[in-house]
Amino acid sequence: MYAFTYHRPATARQAAGLLAKKEDAKLLAGGHTLLPTMKQRLASPAHLVDLGACADLRGIERKGRNVVIGAMTTHAEVADSAIVKEAIPALAFLAGHIGDPHVRHRGTIGGSVANNDPAADYPSALLALGATVTTNKRKLTADEFFTGLYETALEEGEIITKVSFPVVSKAGYAKFRNPASRYALVGVFVAKRGSDVRVAVTGAGEGGVFRWPEAETALAGRFATKSLDGLKHKADGINGDIHADAEYRAHLIGVMAKQAVAQATGK
Amino acid sequence: MATVSLTVNGKAVTANVDPRTLLVQLLRENLRLTGTHVGCDTSQCGACVVHVDGKAVKSCTTLALSLEGASVTTIEGLANGSALHPMQEAFREHHGLQCGYCTPGMIMAAVDIVNRRGNDLDEATIREDLDGNICRCTGYHNIVKAVAAGAEAMGKAPMRQAAE
Repeated sequence: MYAFTYHRPATARQAAGLLAKKEDAKLLAGGHTLLPTMKQRLASPAHLVDLGACADLRGIERKGRNVVIGAMTTHAEVADSAIVKEAIPALAFLAGHIGDPHVRHRGTIGGSVANNDPAADYPSALLALGATVTTNKRKLTADEFFTGLYETALEEGEIITKVSFPVVSKAGYAKFRNPASRYALVGVFVAKRGSDVRVAVTGAGEGGVFRWPEAETALAGRFATKSLDGLKHKADGINGDIHADAEYRAHLIGVMAKQAVAQATGK
Repeated sequence: MATVSLTVNGKAVTANVDPRTLLVQLLRENLRLTGTHVGCDTSQCGACVVHVDGKAVKSCTTLALSLEGASVTTIEGLANGSALHPMQEAFREHHGLQCGYCTPGMIMAAVDIVNRRGNDLDEATIREDLDGNICRCTGYHNIVKAVAAGAEAMGKAPMRQAAE
């Protein structure tokens, strides 16, 4: 790790001030991607702004038809939240299957979303549920927010403050995880909100998380696993690596989509 | 250099450290608490697991400075004098180790499982929740047995559990 200056602001506002003032500053959330990256010297910020003491970035609340989760809320807190389990159980399930228990005690929703790792779990939930990302400057829909591999619409000096998830009638998440890293080889999140069905795929896309329109159309007709019979995702644009080639991952998309629908419908 | 003040195993500690210092380095190198191990140094193996404010975390992936005001418990903080913690005793009794390198992390993870899920743990739950701890010697059978027995024993020692 290269040397850096450490900052520990108490509010998101102070953090934003530091981010604007210090050259080459990076935000530290749970640190479970950034610290290993810094150890490998693949990142070497001059200033590290730790959001760990910003109490205003934590917490989970139900606000009307939405569940609002503060950016620094940990995966364990989301997984164990009575509010999330009641309103969107698939989201609690997803959070409870990120990494391992120790990782879930530190990793945060804001950090995961801002990093937009192509194999991370949360981006698929945001995209399928039609979540809104609130920053210190504006609001972005999930469709606007995720722009590519490790890329988001976040600008310099912008801090995610919370993520708001609409409460849907049905939702499910299934992932085929890499047994060593626990990241998704393929993860599929399905959500039904009225007549609107959204299917988001993580782990598979060369450009990160994406929606699968053919499956959305098929499920909009009838929201059941049978509707996906015979539907295959093409292997073009799908990741291939030592863990799984593109053909295999493409096949897994269909399999995971069915499992996610089965979870959502309880069948 | 920067200063951090925290509580480690019930004692107030103040240290002047380079900002790059990880919690595991603070424990091992500054405080000489070498029971916490570094295995992979990439947040996968769990040899470095300690409790921060009652929750198991990987101390190789936590900056010391981020623990200002926190309360840390390490493997050295479990035993009551010469009397082993029920989970330590269970690992000994069930031979839940071979070389012992992963054991401090395993035991800290096991106590965390009990804190989260209670004293009556089935095998599937234990195996699932030991996901973040890797043993490379002997497999997990005796470790799983030890965790189940230790969890039960912790239920019979309510005072000790409250103190931990």
